[in-house]
Amino acid sequence: MMQLPAAVNPLSADQAQQFESLLGSMTPLQQAWVSGYLAANAATAPAENPVAPPVAAAPFTILYGSQTGNAKHLAQDLADRAKGRGFETQLVDMADFKPAKIKNERFLAIVVSTYGEGEPPETAAKLHAFLGSKKAPRLENTKIAVLGIGDTSYEHFCKTAVDFEDRLTALGATIIAPRALLDVDYDDHAEDWIAGTINAFEPELKAKAPAGNVVPISPGITAKAPAQFSKKNPFSAEVLAVQKITGRDSTRDTRHVEISLDGSGLQYQAGDALGVYFHNNSSEVDHILDLLQVEGSEHIEGREKTLRDTLIEDLELTQSYPGFVTAFATATGNAILQELAKDAAELRAYLQDRQIFDIIREHPAPISADALVGALRKMQPRLYSIASSQAEVEEEVHLTVGVVEYDAFDRNHLGGASGYLGRRLEEGDKIRVFVEQNNHFRLPDNPETPVIMIGPGTGIAPFRAFLQDRDAAEADGKNWLFFGNPHFTQDFLYQVELQDWLKSGLLSKLSVAFSRDQKEKIYVQHRIREAGAEFWAWLESGAHIYVCGDQERMAKDVHAALIDVVQSHGGKSADEAEAYVEALRDAKRYQRDVY
Amino acid sequence: MLDASQPPIVEGPLADNERLKRESNFLRGTITEDLANPITGGFSADNFQLIRFHGMYQQDDRDIRAERAEQKLEPLHNVMLRARMPGGIITPQQWLVIEKFAEENTMYGSVRLTTRQTFQFHGVLKPHIKDMHQVINSAGIDSIATAGDVNRNVLCTTNPVESELHQEAYEWSKRISEHLLPNTKAYTEIWLDGEKQKTTEEKILGPTYLPRKFKTTVSIPPNNEVDIHANDLNFVAIAEDGKLIGWNVLVGGGLAMTHGDTATYPRKADDFGFIPLEHTLAIAEHVVSVQRDWGNRVNRKNAKTKYTLDRVGIDVFKAEVEARAGVKFGPSKPYEFTSRGDRFGWVEGVDGNHHLTLYLLNGRILDYPNRPLKTGLRKIAEIHDGDFRMTANQNLVIAGVSPENRAEIEKIARDHGLIDDMMTPQLKNSMACVALPTCPLAMAEAERYLPDLVADVEGILAKHGIADDHIILRVVGCPNGCGRAMLAEAGLVGKGPGKYNLYLGGNRVGTRVPKLHLENKSTDVILTELDRLIGDWAANRLPDECFGDFVIRAGVVAEVKMSKTDFHA
Ligand code: SRM
Ligand SMILES: Cc1cc2nc3c(=O)[nH]c(=O)nc-3n(C[C@H](O)[C@H](O)[C@H](O)COP(=O)(O)OP(=O)(O)OC[C@H]3O[C@@H](n4cnc5c(N)ncnc54)[C@H](O)[C@@H]3O)c2cc1C
Ligand SMILES: Cc1cc2nc3c(=O)[nH]c(=O)nc-3n(C[C@H](O)[C@H](O)[C@H](O)COP(=O)(O)O)c2cc1C
Ligand code: SF4
Repeated sequence: MMQLPAAVNPLSADQAQQFESLLGSMTPLQQAWVSGYLAANAATAPAENPVAPPVAAAPFTILYGSQTGNAKHLAQDLADRAKGRGFETQLVDMADFKPAKIKNERFLAIVVSTYGEGEPPETAAKLHAFLGSKKAPRLENTKIAVLGIGDTSYEHFCKTAVDFEDRLTALGATIIAPRALLDVDYDDHAEDWIAGTINAFEPELKAKAPAGNVVPISPGITAKAPAQFSKKNPFSAEVLAVQKITGRDSTRDTRHVEISLDGSGLQYQAGDALGVYFHNNSSEVDHILDLLQVEGSEHIEGREKTLRDTLIEDLELTQSYPGFVTAFATATGNAILQELAKDAAELRAYLQDRQIFDIIREHPAPISADALVGALRKMQPRLYSIASSQAEVEEEVHLTVGVVEYDAFDRNHLGGASGYLGRRLEEGDKIRVFVEQNNHFRLPDNPETPVIMIGPGTGIAPFRAFLQDRDAAEADGKNWLFFGNPHFTQDFLYQVELQDWLKSGLLSKLSVAFSRDQKEKIYVQHRIREAGAEFWAWLESGAHIYVCGDQERMAKDVHAALIDVVQSHGGKSADEAEAYVEALRDAKRYQRDVY
Repeated sequence: MLDASQPPIVEGPLADNERLKRESNFLRGTITEDLANPITGGFSADNFQLIRFHGMYQQDDRDIRAERAEQKLEPLHNVMLRARMPGGIITPQQWLVIEKFAEENTMYGSVRLTTRQTFQFHGVLKPHIKDMHQVINSAGIDSIATAGDVNRNVLCTTNPVESELHQEAYEWSKRISEHLLPNTKAYTEIWLDGEKQKTTEEKILGPTYLPRKFKTTVSIPPNNEVDIHANDLNFVAIAEDGKLIGWNVLVGGGLAMTHGDTATYPRKADDFGFIPLEHTLAIAEHVVSVQRDWGNRVNRKNAKTKYTLDRVGIDVFKAEVEARAGVKFGPSKPYEFTSRGDRFGWVEGVDGNHHLTLYLLNGRILDYPNRPLKTGLRKIAEIHDGDFRMTANQNLVIAGVSPENRAEIEKIARDHGLIDDMMTPQLKNSMACVALPTCPLAMAEAERYLPDLVADVEGILAKHGIADDHIILRVVGCPNGCGRAMLAEAGLVGKGPGKYNLYLGGNRVGTRVPKLHLENKSTDVILTELDRLIGDWAANRLPDECFGDFVIRAGVVAEVKMSKTDFHA
């Protein structure tokens, strides 16, 4: 018979009694379920969190905005540390946070990444916009600390984090700990910021909140027991198949990749992504070792691998970024590069279509192994939308990989990961992978709910997973897929599977746009507008919309088309249409997974 | 013995094609819906068959079929179009239109001359199909009834020399073709956006059309270039002092068979006798109507006129035609075929115009390295004031060249490899069907194998000191025999990849069916055997005895006299 610690619980005497007897009557399984149930509840409505103490003793709130999980994980680390210090802590996904409630926050930490050209991740968009709007409240009594993560190879490095800090301070909030803007190697540097932030808040919070207090956690984190394998500890998986799925005359090389998760215990849901560590092209590595006049066989201290293996397996050599140019220029005393590094804009233009391989080829110079490794940043795993459902493929995971390939500077360039997956891997090889959950890209719980999927190019990947899922679950909900690519005969990804699903009735509708089969270019957004009336009818009958694929152009054009359809077929003004679509987003009926 | 009171019809469950013809609303089916379906490049079940009546076959590039299956892509579906060109006459203006379309809108870019005096486009993708029909229509060409269970393109000897006789014969081939066309307006409706009009009957062909394909020729002896014995119905011109007076009518030819099915066989046509010109259309109509009513609609493998004749008896069939047409066949008039090949090079017609016959390997008109045939013909078409005539041997006659154009046309032809003095008689008497990669029925290569095969046979002839002699040599990819191997002196019939049956004993003029000599052998084995036999022939033949006659006299194969009984014997 378990005892409820009197001091903590906010229950009235007889509530407590009822609760204890109820608990006593429950099997461990039932107890586990109830705790999960309460936590999830709490999470979806954190502000009305039943067990959160009254606003007076304000908790330490950590809001994160994350698309591919990095910011989420850092926010989690911060939460764990805060709890360890006995702070009363709530960790909330921005997507689950009611913007208006921000006025109740006193002690606030923001951890957020940046996307697009300096745009917030999907999940942060709402709060980000709210704080910049007239509706935003004054926040004189709020103390904040901001952590941004991003990638210096992008022009607007960590812009979203900067926005958040600016907007909050503009509303009167005070910065209690200096913000940090971290690059892709954030893991190595996050610690300083976390420690600094905890220390800064400690006197403020000096909350001697007793141990055991309930910390509501956002869904996803408790959604599944985390597999032992993770980004930090990837699973070495066997490649079962790599199959080109574009025709021989295609301008694109798209590969269907099948990987075995056998024995890993890794679980995934349709909508998740697979993280993949890759190997750089060894002959390219040997070539630069030559140019730099380093052996390759030497060992760098702190690493058991040789320099050559380190370059192949652990360091970024395809994606270039300003930091490398500066470091490399200094290490080699290269005047041209040093000059170039002075002008950010020019440097960016220079890096546009250059891989680190290119820079080294252009400016070969003797360099020490340590300096070289010092100048390079840690290899970042690439993410690929999972294109299969475990209900269908069980211990396998499938990907749809577009090989990044282009010619420049008289040589053929391959993307680091896509080149490895698509061209260098052999069946039977091992690759290091992990599952990256994406709780913001999920089929509706209700199997009856109609679903509209918009996934041109490799954007089709998660929808193959969705369809396999709905097929296995015998879900009755209607499914409408929009697909597009350059040519019908060459680029109709998974054509035969989709034709079968049309025949079986799993797919209710398949709308295709082949952009280059006619004079004028036709894309999915055109098909959406053409089918506007029916599209609107589906929306009104509760359909969920999903968009996956290119974010630079496609996602924006599709978004615009969506608003057009709502406006013209829903008989709304432009603003009403915008609002309607925003409401869809809030209701999680409009989800995007764009890259 | 047949019961005269009962029409001799084969009872039994009808072949499925009969259902789909009946349900097709006079060949319309749901072709329009399929055209608008963007998810597949192909046509659905019934329409797949129905488009044939509109002159198209659904095909795919077989070279990459397996590869695409692995790529999770459907086969590279496309259509082949076969135009309706009675007598094979096409004007330079028409030529410019079709070669431009082939260049710009087909996968292979070729214009392919066929063994039935017309041309085919290969590899037309769905989005271009309707456009294709409108383009050829703008040039006065259609593809109605060039395939399917109907009367096909009517052949006519090209013979440009006796221009008047040819002109008359040609007019008749056109008239017969038009007389036997379907009445349905499905074609114009679907492809040319013609206004919808209900079809209520098919006067001659009937609501379910014919039991099987039906082929007709008009020929002018002594040249048998059209290979009359491959055809269901033949009008052999009978002329008196240069004037056409009527025809000998031969019925029931056909060359196809099925490997391993002795109920199928190539068969020569039987001579029904002579009719004067005025009865031409009536006879044509009723040979068709009798085959329509008596032909086998249960088993398509036994549905052609040749099998109907052998089943009901020649006299019974003939009597029924006479009764229906109200015409009696007179005793057939004497005629003789002395040649079958085309007369290559220049000839001068009685009208003083000049005619140039070009040998075009496989009839495949393309720009090849050092042989830009397509460009050459385009340039000729741009200046030519006569017409073009496609021969039944996949060649082309540039007919009616005015004397002042002759020199220039000859120059263009030479500059573009259309005339090549190195071509041997053997090459000019060799022919192949299309087969791979487009033909779905091909069991072995044909068109793509022909150049090597001919080179080897040329080598053999040279080795035995008869380099400028030849044998009628034909190779086909399957026993359907589209390249008419079953009327060749030496015919190779595809059985499997790299494997052929060898048939021997046809004659030069195409009046004898060859017989099986080697079964399912590799080309090496076949060539070794040909080497032996040609050596033998070179050494022991009688004065100008052709190879086909020799192998029979020498007892290499028995002569086929009556296919039904002795072809498989
Ligand atoms: C193009 C051509 C061969 C050539 O190299 O020129 C040809 C090509 C084909 N023939 Fe043929 N036939 C062609 C003359 C012939 C001939 C020769 C003749 O008519 O002088 C024959 C033998 C004579 C006869 O009919 O007995 C012939 C007997 C067949 C048959 C067998 C018919 C039968 O009685 O069983 C088939 C298959 C079928 O109809 O079921 C066939 C079917 C085909 C098809 C359409 C395959 C198919 O059914 O899917 C071939 C298309 C190949 C391609 O990719 O182009 N083709 N076909 C000839 C086109 C003639 C035309 O313009 O209409
Ligand atoms: C959540 C998520 C899901 C994803 N899902 C998928 C998926 O399902 N399928 C898929 O294929 N990808 C997917 N991606 C993208 C994928 O993660 C990689 O970004 C992509 O494969 C490229 O990585 P890479 O290592 O091959 O190329 P890198 O080595 O990273 O090189 C890419 C860089 O090369 C440069 N570049 C690219 N093309 C050119 C060019 N033509 N000219 C000059 N420079 C050029 C650009 O700077 C580009 O950033 C997803 C990304 C995310 C974030
Ligand atoms: C399509 C795409 C666009 C990006 N754009 C930017 C950018 O403009 N600025 C930036 O600093 N980082 C950018 N990044 C890098 C991400 O912010 C970085 O990967 C971060 O670790 C992602 O964190 P998350 O997993 O929490 O979303 C971009 C990443 C992707 C995939
Ligand atoms: S003979 Fe056979 S392989 Fe050759 S074209 Fe005719 S059907 Fe095709």
